[in-house]
Amino acid sequence: MHTDLSHYKEILIKGVWRENPVAYQVLGICSALAVTVKMSTALVMSIALTLVAAFSGLIISSLRHWIPSNIRIIVELTVIASLVIVTDQILKAFLYDISKQLSIFVGLIITNCIILGRAEAFAMANNPADSFVDGIANGLGYSMILVAVAFLRELLGSGQFFGFSVIPQFLYDMGFQDMGIMVLAPGAFFIIGLLVWLKNSLPGVSHEKK
Amino acid sequence: MGDLLSLFVNSVFIGNILLAYFLGICSFIAVSKTIETATGLGFAVIFVLTVTSPVNWLIYHGLLAPGALAWAGFPEMDLSFLKFITFIAVIAAIVQAVEMVIDRYSPLLYASLGVFLPLIAVNCAILGTSLFMVERNHTFIESVVFGAGSGTGWMLAIVSMAAIRKKVRYADVPAGLDGFGFIMIIAGLMAMTFMMFSGITL
Repeated sequence: MHTDLSHYKEILIKGVWRENPVAYQVLGICSALAVTVKMSTALVMSIALTLVAAFSGLIISSLRHWIPSNIRIIVELTVIASLVIVTDQILKAFLYDISKQLSIFVGLIITNCIILGRAEAFAMANNPADSFVDGIANGLGYSMILVAVAFLRELLGSGQFFGFSVIPQFLYDMGFQDMGIMVLAPGAFFIIGLLVWLKNSLPGVSHEKK
Repeated sequence: MGDLLSLFVNSVFIGNILLAYFLGICSFIAVSKTIETATGLGFAVIFVLTVTSPVNWLIYHGLLAPGALAWAGFPEMDLSFLKFITFIAVIAAIVQAVEMVIDRYSPLLYASLGVFLPLIAVNCAILGTSLFMVERNHTFIESVVFGAGSGTGWMLAIVSMAAIRKKVRYADVPAGLDGFGFIMIIAGLMAMTFMMFSGITL
């Protein structure tokens, strides 16, 4: 049992940190950036993506012996799309305001490269439990970057954290201003670029090649 | 006519699908190494978007929208929740068909474009355009113009990126920033220049 646990831990660490989807595998940031203006949307998006990644890994891995290899992509897409529909309906039912703000980006989880990439590379070759953990790990790795970007954008762009103002008034009185650019599209690109730089400079992380 | 022109300009520059909505970044980074391949992929995206956007419009408004099945005797049917799975299937099918047609009639074009076509099926920009088209309640003609405009904007962005990457190939970038991070910074600067168009009204 102990070896089992350390095995899952290994998969988790690999997904969350060492092969972090956004920075190292350069996958999946398509749908990530547009929802990072605020923490609340980014957090809901992260949870949705992590759940879809975990359950698509579980389902595809359970079916892997019955999926003919020449139509596997379409089968994987069907499984992922069905899970996204369920997620979207749940969000519409319980978190209607946030689901309106996420607009089309929940639907775009279908084409998120992380999910299809993990289904192809991991779930088709490993058992369901491992694939479930791998999905959670990759989802968490993605969430980490997404929430970090959203934190910086919300803090620097509108001086808020989850909608509460956190920059003290005396700083504004001294002439501090919110950076408008952070709320707009270029801010997300700059923050991602700088985060990748930071991550590459930390020890123990494999560097990507040019 | 003026409305359509304004929609086109808007989707190419101000609401650029790549630089303002971050759609299609995967292939934007992977395929912007040389100008030739970027141009090839750009044309493929324009073509596929101009076809898939109106086809998905027809399917959505003919079958899935609330009340669309009134002709079949189901006036209260609302299948709009099926749009994700339908759109992705339509896109995959159209991309496959386009690939086969090009392969049959123009081997030359297939040689330069063929490798990119399978990539396009899972490009977020394609699905994103179809979903935006539904969310913004475009009419049929608008969906054609919006598809073509989004594709043109995407191509403009990826070809400019390829050209910039060619120019900075020998630039002395700090070690950790080199590669992906540097491309993101360039994309950010490009997004800033594209924002300057936002004052334009036609």
